[in-house]
Amino acid sequence: MIRYDILKTIAPILKDRLVVCNIGSPSQELYQLLDQPSNFYMLGTMGLCSSIGLGVALVQDQPVIAIDGDGSVLTNLATLSTIANNPADNFVLLIVDNGSYGSTGDQPTYAGMATSLTEVAKACGCRNVVECSAEETAAELERAISSGKMTIIISKCQPGNVNVSVIDDDPVNIANRFSNQIRELNS
Amino acid sequence: MPTTTDKAILDSLVRNKIGFITSVPCKQLAGVIELVDSHEEIYHIPSNKEDEGMGLCAGAYLGGTRSAIIMQNTALGVAINSLVTLIQYYHIPLPMLISYRGEVGEKVACQVEMAIHTKPLLQQLNIPHYHFTKAEQVNSLDGILQHSQMCKKPVAILADASFWSSAS
Ligand SMILES: Cc1ncc(C[n+]2csc(CCOP(=O)(O)OP(=O)(O)O)c2C)c(N)n1
Repeated sequence: MIRYDILKTIAPILKDRLVVCNIGSPSQELYQLLDQPSNFYMLGTMGLCSSIGLGVALVQDQPVIAIDGDGSVLTNLATLSTIANNPADNFVLLIVDNGSYGSTGDQPTYAGMATSLTEVAKACGCRNVVECSAEETAAELERAISSGKMTIIISKCQPGNVNVSVIDDDPVNIANRFSNQIRELNS
Repeated sequence: MPTTTDKAILDSLVRNKIGFITSVPCKQLAGVIELVDSHEEIYHIPSNKEDEGMGLCAGAYLGGTRSAIIMQNTALGVAINSLVTLIQYYHIPLPMLISYRGEVGEKVACQVEMAIHTKPLLQQLNIPHYHFTKAEQVNSLDGILQHSQMCKKPVAILADASFWSSAS
């Protein structure tokens, strides 16, 4: 399974939930599979998906799912220590670990080599760290949300992207509809 | 020990409903950070790097809470991509309380290297900036914080060594 297959299997779980999605192919694929106002698409700023997701989770009560990538987590690796030390039990960080920088042509990352993001997350002090296969991801995501405990899921999958178009929506529109959705869900 | 100027900065942040603050320390910011950390209406979340902090602030703002970052001017280089492709691109208000190291009165020569680039960088990035040289300028902070929310832009408050040393 590749990232797109994971997104397809978790789309029903993401429906009507707050989702912060990583730059490039992940956001483009999600946009095609399940566009909704409660999705925040990153159009740039590689590395900050988990930080944005944590920020959202800390200031309101609805569950937040950040869909990140192994390359982006590696570029902002210290985020795992911030997450561990500021637990938000409505926060799930799903790292789609395809061992590569998918969006830029599947160049290998260190997460596909000697480095285990699962072990890094644990060493940073994260409590509920789950490594699973692509096939198990939907069930693990469901479990993480209903556990009411902040969870980091590292979903191991194959590199690869599908052909989808870029997101042509306006960033301010993406931000506004996301914020409005948060307000509505919390009211 | 926080000064009355540090306290005035905190009061202004609270008055302007800034409820989420991230920081990376600087010696000059120690008093403000101490006050922010212990204030019950502010969630203080130290970040490891300022670009990470800007991600946290963007998330909090989208989630409905006004945010701000406390940082040193040396961090500007680290944060440019985040300022441009996240904070400015999505129209997120972000007050940046910045210790302006490397100005007259500085004791660490290396700090001057980044001080030279600070205003030109802010200028180039179209970021409104306000240079604080005297403690009484803290009175203009309310207006600057309101301005940032109104125009949904990052703004930089550059507080230099003279500002901090004139604080009582
Ligand atoms: C600072 C910066 N460097 C490089 C890039 C180019 N870039 C965009 S997405 C991406 C790959 C991200 O990989 P990963 O987070 O593993 O996600 P994947 O696409 O594999 O799901 C890269 C390198 C960028 N956008 N910004």
